[in-house]
Amino acid sequence: MAFGAFANTGPDLSASAPRRRSYVALILLAPGILYLVATFVAPLGSLVLTSFKEPGGDFEVGEYVYAFRWENYAEALGRFGEIFLRTFGYSLLATIFALIISYPLAYFIGVTLRRFPLWQSLVLILVIAPFFISFLLRTLAWKAVFSDEGPVVGFLQAIGVFGPEQYLNGTAFTVVFGLTYNYIPFMTLPIYASLERLDLRYVEAGGDLYAGPVQRFWRIILPLSLPGVVSGTLLTFIPASGDYVNASKDFLGSTNTVMAGNVINDLFFQSFYPVSAAVSILLMVAILIPVIAYVAKSGSEDLL
Amino acid sequence: MIPIVYTIVFSFNDARRTNIVWRGFTLDNWLGICDDDRVCEAFGNSIVVGVTATIAATVLGTMIAIAIVRYTFRMRTLITVLLFLPMATPEVVLGSGLGSQFVNMGVERGLWTIIVAHIMFCISFVVVTVRARVASLDPSLEEAGRDLYASPGQVFWRVTLPLLMPGILAAALLCFALSFDDFIITNFVSGNAETFPKFVYVAASRGIPPQSNVIASAVFFLAIILVVIAQLSAGARRRKLAKTG
Repeated sequence: MAFGAFANTGPDLSASAPRRRSYVALILLAPGILYLVATFVAPLGSLVLTSFKEPGGDFEVGEYVYAFRWENYAEALGRFGEIFLRTFGYSLLATIFALIISYPLAYFIGVTLRRFPLWQSLVLILVIAPFFISFLLRTLAWKAVFSDEGPVVGFLQAIGVFGPEQYLNGTAFTVVFGLTYNYIPFMTLPIYASLERLDLRYVEAGGDLYAGPVQRFWRIILPLSLPGVVSGTLLTFIPASGDYVNASKDFLGSTNTVMAGNVINDLFFQSFYPVSAAVSILLMVAILIPVIAYVAKSGSEDLL
Repeated sequence: MIPIVYTIVFSFNDARRTNIVWRGFTLDNWLGICDDDRVCEAFGNSIVVGVTATIAATVLGTMIAIAIVRYTFRMRTLITVLLFLPMATPEVVLGSGLGSQFVNMGVERGLWTIIVAHIMFCISFVVVTVRARVASLDPSLEEAGRDLYASPGQVFWRVTLPLLMPGILAAALLCFALSFDDFIITNFVSGNAETFPKFVYVAASRGIPPQSNVIASAVFFLAIILVVIAQLSAGARRRKLAKTG
């Protein structure tokens, strides 16, 4: 159910018994699956092949031949090892901050506001409202807020925390802030979806059995909302780790905050396809390993 | 909330090329949205891409969703993994993969390659959304249709599909929203074609014209109105059900 909770998955799937008429299933599945094979599996394969290519004989930018060249990976790791660590660190921080902000918010909407459907809808609309405005423009708005002439730097200088030479934009702080801000709805919605279905009688029963508020949270509420937390974490961590907008220098980042996504983007557009492909493959593997471990540990029976 | 307010306020800024410093209130940007014609062209491209990709992905995804819930077949696990992986892969990897595929094959990139990419990443989200609806569908309603001598086609078009419609519409809206706001994948597969997010990204280094704030604000208001209407009508339906039931 990892991602299912995001879409507010309904009741159990056994409601209609599966029938065995596999030729109909084949007709229904074939177009979509073939499409995914052509546009997702094949490009991944091509990415793997590209990552082993080397510059062609008469070297011109963008001309490469297949050569089983492991050096691309060595180069990717050697040159960008630090960037991989940074990518992982930033995404992890953003995920943790988003969780800290989203959980109480989701609890407030899903449980506290349950008696007031109108307010519940309104606050929910506020949470998803950022989705409706281009995320690039939203990120640029933060850049303006954090700019040297902006209110935040001005305030920090006024109270003496910041000297006249200090700045915010282009630091790790603004990049992690941007990532956190941009992915909060992805964290809040799945947690809300699972808390909204939480049967409060369990919590009452816990109270009747003399469980304190802390115990009731740790042993009843949190475990029951765990599917939402799992999908929220994935929906935040995965896109954050591949993001190259927040960290790019035209937005909230600088050359000191480069993330793996920026590297892939820059190399790709300089036509250094093999190394770009090697970085992509490394990023995908680096992301998939913790994701699979996390999904396995949190016991998700069904991925969809 | 701050960025939303900022974007809307700055759509009224009296600025020409770069929209960073507040220069006073004006309605010119709203009245002359297309004064910077590249903004409008990019916006039009976004609509074309969004609508085409949404229709295709919704059809393909709905077919898969029905098959997954209703039928048993071989390689089920493999297909589930295949549907899960595009959602678990960072967008840069999807984008650079498809992008380098197009480069390798010598395909010229443009609007239609953007559409191809958007259909790809939408399908999984459509499957997840519609599948929930198929699963909660009461099979006895379809049985009733068959008992009344409806052909399988009639049952599908007159019973199954209308009952699935709310899920399908939700999936289509989600897909359109994802497509409309996607920049990361689009950037790799777009060639010279510009969508609205790509226009904003390219303009970010040399200054955003205020018209882009106008378009973003207009889309924002439209979306909010649609959501409020949907919420209100859902609430009204619930109250009606509570009364009659």
